[in-house]
Amino acid sequence: MRLTDALRYYVNTRVMGWTAIRVNRLYSEMKTRFRKERKDSYTAPPLRISSRTKEMIARHYLDGRFAKPYRKVAWVTSGAPVEILNALGFHLFYPENHGAICGVSRTAEEISGEAEDAGYSPDICSYARTDIGSALSGKTPVGKLPPPDILVACTNICQTVLYWYGFLAHHFKVPLILIDTPFIYTEASDHSIEYVKKQLEAAVPIAEGVAGKTLDERKLKDFMYKSRIAMDLWMEILGRGAHRPTPISAFDQFIHMAPIVEMRGHSHTIDFYAAMLKEVDRRIAHGIGAVKNERKRLLWDNLPIWHKFRFLSETLGKHGVVLAASTYTNAWAELAPMIDPEKPFESAARAYLHPMLNRGAGHKLNTMRRMIEKYSLDGVILHSDRSCKPYSIGQMDQRTLLMSEYGIPALLLEADHCDPRYFTDARTTTLLMAFIEMLGQ
Amino acid sequence: MTTGQPSREIGKPPDCHAAGVDVGSTQTKAIVVNRGGEIIGRSLIPTGANVIMAAERSFLLALEQAAIDRTNIGCIISTGYGRYKVEFGNNQITEIMCHARGAIAIFPGTQTVLDMGGQDTKAIRIQPGGGVVDFCMNDKCAAGTGRFLQYAAAALGIKLSELGPMALRGTDPVDISTTCAVFAESEILSWMARGKKIEDILLGAHYAIASRSIGLLRRVGIVEELTFTGGVTRNEAMVKVLSELLKTKLNINEDSHYMGALGAALFALDRALYVKNKAASGSS
Repeated sequence: MRLTDALRYYVNTRVMGWTAIRVNRLYSEMKTRFRKERKDSYTAPPLRISSRTKEMIARHYLDGRFAKPYRKVAWVTSGAPVEILNALGFHLFYPENHGAICGVSRTAEEISGEAEDAGYSPDICSYARTDIGSALSGKTPVGKLPPPDILVACTNICQTVLYWYGFLAHHFKVPLILIDTPFIYTEASDHSIEYVKKQLEAAVPIAEGVAGKTLDERKLKDFMYKSRIAMDLWMEILGRGAHRPTPISAFDQFIHMAPIVEMRGHSHTIDFYAAMLKEVDRRIAHGIGAVKNERKRLLWDNLPIWHKFRFLSETLGKHGVVLAASTYTNAWAELAPMIDPEKPFESAARAYLHPMLNRGAGHKLNTMRRMIEKYSLDGVILHSDRSCKPYSIGQMDQRTLLMSEYGIPALLLEADHCDPRYFTDARTTTLLMAFIEMLGQ
Repeated sequence: MTTGQPSREIGKPPDCHAAGVDVGSTQTKAIVVNRGGEIIGRSLIPTGANVIMAAERSFLLALEQAAIDRTNIGCIISTGYGRYKVEFGNNQITEIMCHARGAIAIFPGTQTVLDMGGQDTKAIRIQPGGGVVDFCMNDKCAAGTGRFLQYAAAALGIKLSELGPMALRGTDPVDISTTCAVFAESEILSWMARGKKIEDILLGAHYAIASRSIGLLRRVGIVEELTFTGGVTRNEAMVKVLSELLKTKLNINEDSHYMGALGAALFALDRALYVKNKAASGSS
């Protein structure tokens, strides 16, 4: 049975599926090569690596599609300590990334409607609503989602995950590992690190029980090591944004961040980001900017508005405005120095305690100020994301302080990362245009 | 400062006049200025369903009042929510910049502008040199805008123009607690059912909308002089209530309603003169 399961999995994914996806990628690369650059476009053509990004995401979801019964599946939050699960051979599914795909494909409203019909409030995070809607109805733009064998939620991104994953545990009747990360107001205390470390250690036997394997510490260290390399590469790529003109905008970063979130710790992720870095450097060498005629450089705070990518990039690009950096994509790089493969549990405890959302609003303000200097930015757009309260709280004060103490113009833009009902084209255009006019005075 | 959407080449008429058209959600305003920036024609009409027609008509009416021909207009800038529909315009600028520009032109000491229109309320901060340094708009909600007053007038069955004078006769304003313009209508009806005087209910509605706007103003910082612009400036009760709550005198005059169109016209004049001067220096 086990052998036939494995055979079925490998034939469907590695042999047939991956080949089909590869052919699709090669075809897309060929088309890109012969496509004439649009002269009327305000932005540079998409990075060539884009077709590989699509290939990686497609492979990942295909692996999930055929994972059962050969591989065990874990559904995890974006801030979950996944290296342990990777080392145990779990296929990882990130409901938040799936939510982003639903946002981009504009299916989030319909899928989250399933959760709302079941009684969940529209005020709940749209990622959570989309995921609950998907779990209840089976609707997804990626074919089919693999049901979980285990759930791992970490409170370092928000408290919503407590109830969200509570629902999933009840719905799928599978064990839930909950890692509680105390909020850091100033510095992480030793006992906080010890507390998280103990939880990680306690999670191992539960995960081992579900996986039917024992954790191999060498494998764990290897995943930690590769995670660290991938995060370092991601940091390098983001750092290239400091060039003028900036070779990649935050929109590019949002598109190409999926592997660092979903697939960090794998060799192919390292290869992917190494290739991406090369392409970005090539752009710098040829003086290619993400936005043609770059005039102003901005920082984007908070999650992207997945369903309004083109609208926003064109509205800004048309006026020579580029989003040169974003606190959101930076969050997947800034913790890299904390990861020490030789101390997997202790360093993971430290790193997973320190995401920006688990720290005070002052920390984010300082991060923004540092980024404004590093990337020579002219202003900040603070996306007040109706869904992500921990990210949005404090933005009003941060805006005031950026303006009054640092003289940096800042705009508060209200929307939602997935739910299109909280976005108005006309109003957003007026806000953005007025902000651009203000910067250009 | 350009907004970029379809921009047309600016003409070089012998007598350099300019125009601004402000297509608001409720009313469309047009202003024609002469070479010296003085207003020589103005018009105000309801926007209605056909935005393009409204813009055209309002522009023609202003031209008629100015008694000049269309060919004498060097540049036209449109503003307001329907600015991209002004097909005869040369360019568009947001109402935030236009209201600021108009306010400074009439009240040079202006440092804060409150624009209260049909669907938007905007607070704008201006630095002493004249540049906009910050602005805030109402959220996706009409509770702090002229629409709120329209709902109140509809609920009470009175004309919009009677609102202000009636509210001024109020002595004991009721507390309108709702933050939603639509729910305010039912709250007003419930006050009527409880036998409150219409004047007091109306005064309460004015306090409710004023406090929402002041919240917006606080976000950009209130620095005197404060200029009040937009359609609601015609409502005397709102001017009185705002002055009372802000403990300051508001800059306001008969052209406050036209401030956006005036700002647009002045931006247009800058451009027309720039093109004309450039052409003159090129030919000499």
